[in-house]
Amino acid sequence: MAYTTIADDTRALHHPKTWVGKYVWSQDHKVIALQYSGTAIAVGVVALVLSDLMRLQLGFPDTFKFITPSSYLQFMTMHGMIMVIYLLTALLLGGFGNYLIPLMLGARDMVFPFVNMLSYWVYLVAVLVLLASFFVPGGPTGAGWTLYPPQAILPGTPGRDWGIILMLASLAIFIVAFTMGGLNYVTTVLQARTRGMTLMRMPCSVWGIFVATILGLLAFPALFVAAVMMMLDRVVGTSFFMPSLVSMGQQTNFNGGSPILFQHLFWFFGHPEVYIVALPAFGIVSDLISCHARKNIFGYRMMVWAIIVIGALSLFVWAHHMYVSGMNPYFGFFFATSTLVIAVPTAIKVYNWLLTLWRGDIHLRVPMLFAIGFIFTFIHGGLTGLFLGNVSVDVPLSDTFFVVGHFHMVMGVSPILVIFGAIYHWYPKITGRMWNTTLGQIHFWITFLGVYAIYLPMHYLGFLGVPRRYYALGETAFIPHSAHVANEVITVAALIVGAAQLVFFYNMIWSYFKGPKADGNPWGATTLEWQTPQTPPAHGNWGPKLPVVYRWAYDYSVPGAPQDFVPQNVPPEPVTAHAT
Amino acid sequence: MAIAIAIAALVLFSIAFQLLTPWWLTPLESNWRSIDTALDVTMWVCGFFFVALNAFLALSIIRYRHRRGHRAHYDPESVTLERRLTVWTAVGIAALLAPGLIAWKEFVTVPKDAAVFEAVGQQWQWSFRFPGKDGVLGTVNSRQISPDNPFGLDPDDPYGRDDILVEGSEVHLPRGRPIKAVLRSKDVLHDFFVPQIRSKMDLVPGTVTYFWFTPTRTGRFEILCAELCGVGHYTMRGAMVVDEKPAFDAWLSQQPTFAQLMAEAAPAAPAAAAGRNGSPAKSVN
Repeated sequence: MAYTTIADDTRALHHPKTWVGKYVWSQDHKVIALQYSGTAIAVGVVALVLSDLMRLQLGFPDTFKFITPSSYLQFMTMHGMIMVIYLLTALLLGGFGNYLIPLMLGARDMVFPFVNMLSYWVYLVAVLVLLASFFVPGGPTGAGWTLYPPQAILPGTPGRDWGIILMLASLAIFIVAFTMGGLNYVTTVLQARTRGMTLMRMPCSVWGIFVATILGLLAFPALFVAAVMMMLDRVVGTSFFMPSLVSMGQQTNFNGGSPILFQHLFWFFGHPEVYIVALPAFGIVSDLISCHARKNIFGYRMMVWAIIVIGALSLFVWAHHMYVSGMNPYFGFFFATSTLVIAVPTAIKVYNWLLTLWRGDIHLRVPMLFAIGFIFTFIHGGLTGLFLGNVSVDVPLSDTFFVVGHFHMVMGVSPILVIFGAIYHWYPKITGRMWNTTLGQIHFWITFLGVYAIYLPMHYLGFLGVPRRYYALGETAFIPHSAHVANEVITVAALIVGAAQLVFFYNMIWSYFKGPKADGNPWGATTLEWQTPQTPPAHGNWGPKLPVVYRWAYDYSVPGAPQDFVPQNVPPEPVTAHAT
Repeated sequence: MAIAIAIAALVLFSIAFQLLTPWWLTPLESNWRSIDTALDVTMWVCGFFFVALNAFLALSIIRYRHRRGHRAHYDPESVTLERRLTVWTAVGIAALLAPGLIAWKEFVTVPKDAAVFEAVGQQWQWSFRFPGKDGVLGTVNSRQISPDNPFGLDPDDPYGRDDILVEGSEVHLPRGRPIKAVLRSKDVLHDFFVPQIRSKMDLVPGTVTYFWFTPTRTGRFEILCAELCGVGHYTMRGAMVVDEKPAFDAWLSQQPTFAQLMAEAAPAAPAAAAGRNGSPAKSVN
């Protein structure tokens, strides 16, 4: 009983008294979530613009004089790093993790609100350090988002003087921020669930975020040490990753280091990172599909175990990014097998999403459209992953546009579609307003069809052998003229999709002020965040009494129940009383 | 409803794209039929799942879209169904993994009779080395790399003196014989990529990497660098010319050996060259 008295005691919350305390130095998980999301989306817009600049160069080479080979590589590097780390990771964990974990578990806040606040502000510092690299002499690093040494810290790569230093510093700072947030999420999930909220009653969203956070806590340290070691190589002249080499005709003092060691460290972080992004998306989309199909997620226990198994296996597949890196080629047998084994639990997740729709009552609202779009793009991106995981098939395809097409489908487009769906889904709870449906649909259709027009042809350019990270293809005998036409079409599609995001921003901002007032539970959802006494939820979330959970998160269309959903905090008796 | 039609249309579009695409693997010009086979098998298995899953998706949306009075079934799970799906997925995965691993076994097993040549990368050009009459590549050390000794060969190593050095970015290779490409970089990562031969491998400074292939058709093929190597990455091109054996031998005999190049360089600056090439190597090793 001890935990209930503490949890129900709202005096411990220290309600903020000033505007600054409420909205700037806020310790409220909901405000921190919005701070994280706003920053992540803002920096994501920068990365989106960078991608369109890259596409301009690829589609129309020799047209835009300001895009030089150096700036192309810089755009590419910053686009990749921002999207993967500073947008996707920060938005899914710092944004959705912060907003959803306490609300879905029936907690008043994160267990360490001060550390949570600190996490956001340190993340903001990381973003500012990263963006500062646009303004230093030499500009940001152009080493590719993988930052492979020796190239990353040698002359011949743009941003070698300051850009790479700021990039490594920013990553280290980001990891500090992530660790503070991540420890909070894990502790909150394990310690702050309300009465009755057993682990196997948690919504899939929380499961995805929870396991992804654990993965992050295990994987980010590898990136941290890699960043520190490379920083030492660059600044102090150590040789962790630097063998003896000749740079631009000049002998250097480096000696004895291993470039492949960096690749192992990077991908030991980098592959789990794919799942750090994917698992929250898997979890969230499960809840969107279940809610809008008015049907329980099919095979909930299997879905939870699949998340756990995928998370665990993802720590054993990193070298599938390195089949042609020059590492011992015999590793290929192990990593190809472990990689393809992951496909099994991942396929189960896809089956169960489909089986959730089967015999459902599918409301094709905007969040559901995005969820269905996700299923399509994820099936596509997941299957093309089998080509690249299947070691010998990877050999001709690695470092080509096939890889670009694959990872954008699977970890770019797919999580982004889930994020859009999730924003539309929870917007009424967050703001208390409804968005405009027509604008939401326009946004969905242009984005969904547009991304397929962008990425499908890229796979085929990759089959042909068109290499990635090329500023210009020039005249190459095996690349026909039609491939250049494809690049033009892709660029036009990318510009349209990029511009279409303005519809989204317009809708979100307009609706915040002018949208119709939202009901506290407009979708008829079962999970706790929709059962708060106020919408948007007030500080402390639950008023004087915490909710008590009596059932799992998926009691949709229960036979005999008066409505087609039963919230988690409805006790068993009233349901049967109503039914009889 | 529109989304179901869109999904179905995208699947049909993808199939049509696959059948009609002007962009597909370049014609195979090496022994790596097994890689193409593994790719084809992967394409068939993945294509089947792509069509089947999306067809089910579209069908579900059409059949169970919301209509007035319609209510979803309550259907928590089916252990039997999930177990069956798991098994069949595992079978599909094994079916495409098997040819992949078989091809990989071949990939890591260099034939004993393979001829050897070395490709050397630097920002942003290629050069090449053949082992000469003794069939052995002489030892190299990156500390010995200098304008007079661009390959960093050890002048005291007898195996290196007959090595044949090709400083242009064009290399000739004989047709019909397994060739082991030994790869070395002077500065940063590069990657030896000729799409028509399918196999490729990174060049890594500080270590020697390799892969092998058998050219099956004479002709001229472009070598692209496929690992980002700095601002000139996209310009790092070379050419691989596959000749019949006699033409290849004739070409090779015209290329200078290390000993010849040393002799040419020696009269100009004998003392300086010896000093630069000789002494640092000893101190390093």
